[in-house]
Amino acid sequence: MEVKNLKVKSMHDVVFNDNEYLEKYVDELRQGGVNVAVGCLDDIINWGRSHSVWPLTFATACCGIEFMCVGAARADFARFGWEVTRNSPRQSDVVFVAGTIVNKMAPVLKRLYDQMAEPKYVIAVGGCAISGGPFKNSYNVVKGVNEVIPVDVFVPGCPPRPNAMLYGMMQMERKIKIEHYFGLPKKPAITPEEKVWAEKIAKEQEAYKAEKK
Amino acid sequence: MSLELSGLINAIHEGLTGAIEAQWLVSLIEYVLVGAGLLALYALIALFLIIFERKICAWFQCRLGPNRVGPWGIFQVFADMLKIMFKEIIPLKHNDKLLFYAGPCIVVIGSFLTFGGLQFAEGVHGVDLNIGVFYLLAVSSISIVGVMLAGWSSNNKYALIGAMRSGAQVISFELSACLSMMAVVILGGSMNLSTLMEKQEDLWFIFQAPVPMLIAMVIYLIAAHAETNRGPFDLPEAESELTAGYHVEYSGMTFGYFYVAEYCNLFINAAIGALVFLGGWQAFHIPGCDGFNAVMDMCPSYVWFFLKCLFFIFMSLWVRWSFPRLRIDQLLHLEWKIMLPFSLFNILLVAVWVIIF
Amino acid sequence: MEDINKKLAKAAPGKAVSEGTQYPTVELEPAELRGVAQALKDAGFDYLISLTGMDYGDAFGTIYHIASTDDPANVVVLKTKTTDRENPMLYSIMDIYESANLYEREVYDFFGIKFIGHNDLRRIFLRPDWNGFPFRKDDKSENSTPTRNITAEEMEEMPQITIGEDGKIKQSSKMLFGKNEYVVNFGPQHPATHGVLHLRVSLDGEIVKKIDPNFGYIHRGIEKMAESLTYPQVLPYTDRLDYLSGAINRHAFCLCVEKAAGIEVPMRAQIVRCIFDELTRVASHLLGWGCMAMDMGAITAFVYGMRDREKIMDIFEESAGGRLMPAYAVIGGLSQDIHPNFKNRVTEYIAYQRKMLKEHHILFTGNPIATGRMHKNGYLTKEKAIALGTGGPTGRASGWSCDVRKIEPYSAYKEIEFNEIIRNKDTKTGDTFDRYIIRLDEIEESLNIIEKLLVKLDDTKEGDFKAKVPAIIKLPAGDYFQRVENARGEFDVFISSDGNKNPYRVKFRSPCMTLISALDPICKDGKIADMIMIGASLDYVIPCADR
Repeated sequence: MEVKNLKVKSMHDVVFNDNEYLEKYVDELRQGGVNVAVGCLDDIINWGRSHSVWPLTFATACCGIEFMCVGAARADFARFGWEVTRNSPRQSDVVFVAGTIVNKMAPVLKRLYDQMAEPKYVIAVGGCAISGGPFKNSYNVVKGVNEVIPVDVFVPGCPPRPNAMLYGMMQMERKIKIEHYFGLPKKPAITPEEKVWAEKIAKEQEAYKAEKK
Repeated sequence: MSLELSGLINAIHEGLTGAIEAQWLVSLIEYVLVGAGLLALYALIALFLIIFERKICAWFQCRLGPNRVGPWGIFQVFADMLKIMFKEIIPLKHNDKLLFYAGPCIVVIGSFLTFGGLQFAEGVHGVDLNIGVFYLLAVSSISIVGVMLAGWSSNNKYALIGAMRSGAQVISFELSACLSMMAVVILGGSMNLSTLMEKQEDLWFIFQAPVPMLIAMVIYLIAAHAETNRGPFDLPEAESELTAGYHVEYSGMTFGYFYVAEYCNLFINAAIGALVFLGGWQAFHIPGCDGFNAVMDMCPSYVWFFLKCLFFIFMSLWVRWSFPRLRIDQLLHLEWKIMLPFSLFNILLVAVWVIIF
Repeated sequence: MEDINKKLAKAAPGKAVSEGTQYPTVELEPAELRGVAQALKDAGFDYLISLTGMDYGDAFGTIYHIASTDDPANVVVLKTKTTDRENPMLYSIMDIYESANLYEREVYDFFGIKFIGHNDLRRIFLRPDWNGFPFRKDDKSENSTPTRNITAEEMEEMPQITIGEDGKIKQSSKMLFGKNEYVVNFGPQHPATHGVLHLRVSLDGEIVKKIDPNFGYIHRGIEKMAESLTYPQVLPYTDRLDYLSGAINRHAFCLCVEKAAGIEVPMRAQIVRCIFDELTRVASHLLGWGCMAMDMGAITAFVYGMRDREKIMDIFEESAGGRLMPAYAVIGGLSQDIHPNFKNRVTEYIAYQRKMLKEHHILFTGNPIATGRMHKNGYLTKEKAIALGTGGPTGRASGWSCDVRKIEPYSAYKEIEFNEIIRNKDTKTGDTFDRYIIRLDEIEESLNIIEKLLVKLDDTKEGDFKAKVPAIIKLPAGDYFQRVENARGEFDVFISSDGNKNPYRVKFRSPCMTLISALDPICKDGKIADMIMIGASLDYVIPCADR
């Protein structure tokens, strides 16, 4: 089933438009009902936000090369207005987690995500970022970045082709389009996951301090 | 019917004086109108230049550039603007709040003040100061204060290095820019922009004294390009070295200010160059060829002005997207050991030129 | 061969030189190691190729592959082991071979073998608070996903083990940076570190004083995983080590297994594998060239490099199916025969790339700013390159003839004539420009090689692309070593087999780790901008260094 009033230019594919997750999300958002004026304003802002998503230049492994290909001449994500890659997390809107995240990198990724300004999005690119991929059995690899940060779009592949990454970006665009800007952030300031994280961090810090003494 | 804007402005002025008795009220309304007009122009120019650069850059790089939002992607910048306006501004811990937020404001104010002194068309300008050239140079370098503040108050090592680089760079290149302007002032005999425009009615300065003016123009273009902090002089924000340089900690609209000011500075430098070297809004005239001159005059003055600006801007983009970055010592070497002696010599040359011809 | 045996016997008097192994091998007691290593170095064996840690079950040991650069096909192997499993200690040779510094840290990190005399025994890949040593066969320690960022102190504290004058072993530690040093972090997320390298740089204004590379932000434990996989299953992981020369790494592993199992690969497969290797090398150098230009601020050059690279990706896709990683070579040959259009495509591409190479030279090599920055900057001498083991284009730019394709020809490289690109053979010192231009020259040479290989390809029979390979590959017990030249330098595969279908130990000798270790000596007293540029000119790939 298609979500109504949600079009991405030149994407008419049935498979593209059939997205159960978005349907559920829309239902959830519409439950409360929305003021007409606020709704219109939302649409305008979302139009702007969905067409100008600046990625952070973040890549750890193989997928990073394909991410470069997306930016280069043939795939050219500049067409969608995504080419303003920012090197500072403060100025970027989306982080493409392109590549394996290992234990040493996980806290760094978490910190990068925390440094980004709201509204921010995460696209997990490639098998490693989704679930650990081929390195699932390794002693040092995080089994999916959603253990560390919340993920909006998963792009499978090892590594995904540039086309796949563009496809994921378009899905991301649709997700941004149905959100209520004035309702953001929908999630509570501290999600239960984050609370667990915070406790864990505090515990580890204390343990480290105690050990130092 | 004339296409010139001065007629429109005169009509508004006369209409206002006819309708309102009190002279002070007329002046007040006019000030507000001029201010609003300049502000709108400022924003529009920035937006236009952003999409212009993205398209040009894509063209250089065998890409398409933005093409999904509106025809040829022309509404891309409006999307960007909306996005950046509604982006969170992250407050930092352990930094100087006042200076942190003053930084981007000063940068924007510095570049906006310049608009007051520019001449956009025949009879279309904010203020016609008798030290117009001096004013433009003075005001356009205020931005550096903002950059230094931003870098200093961010409490970030990258930002600090970026700001220090920026300081060294802008102060050095300001010298060359001013000295090349001095050459123009000697040739024109005035610092008043209107006078300079009048002097260029028959022939632009670049053609009046080709040798010294060409040297001055090249030096000015390099120096001005360096002042905008754009490649090959983008050391302060050197993406691959300092991630984003002095504005690494800015998010949302505070970053947007830097972004907008960068593009407006690009325009301002091009505009000053166009005014003093290529005759500003003056059409291309050849003394003696009245028929040709009449044809050239058909085109309104503001079109001439903006075309010249676009020419300079295009040159600047061309350089930016083809050259690698300089190193800081090479940059200072270029200024102090090559450009400065040249511009000093050029002043001598232009003085001799004025005496002889 | 006998000559090496003599030399080795002279360096290690009274020790039996093994017969029948791939390289002459000597087993030593830990206390003898340093003496023999020093004697070998004096005899001209100045290049430590790789240092492998081993867990023999009842003992821990290390294996040293040492080569002579004057006569580079000479490789000797030293082995030593200690039976103390509680607190294993061996002697460090980092003062004899400089490159041993990082290798010994790696062995310490994986096996917990402490090296006496090593002055920087920090964990190299794993977190400082990691429990256990993962490569020990009996390691059962558990580690959950950590959340705490590593503190600066943890990164800087360097434990040392020394022997005092009284013969007792002393443990101490030293801080890497002084209290008043201005230390800036470059990375792990930084656009110019080509991945997730973490450089801690001590600055004096713009001047770089000291660089401390921190590894391990992409350490995936591929070598350990390989121990629980069968030989064909290891292949995909080799691609993902150095993803820019994936085909070459895969080729290396295939060669090693084929050599051990005695599989004869058809000529056609050998030629196609080499063509793929060279195409990969071109693609990698194009990206390296582009990234170097981008790090110096010229983004357009980067896009041009990527544009040309896409053509190679098309060729890969057509024949192999994969794009970035063609996944074409398998044990015994190729996964399938080449596409009928393959030869035309490659010929077309060669003509195209030759034309484009001229454009690249105009765009960047002739640029006064670019050359002004690269010339007379970032010198690396031949001696330093050998001491650090930085081979590949970097070594050859300094006049070190280190092309494995020439030294130990493998596969179809035996069949053809080609030039080894070396610069500064006389001056023995290369600057950044040499390291830059040698890549473009190598692209040209690679195109020539491909042309010659394509001619040879015509003589082979269509469809003869794979030898008969047993369904379950078991290698006879023993150690196998295969050297190949990938786009960055010498990539070696070491397999130790105990006769089972899984390897007992796999070690990949990464060229990138040695390249990174060269960063500090080259960049010292340069500017920040130079550091970024030199890093790009070394052209390292971090997942290859971290494995």
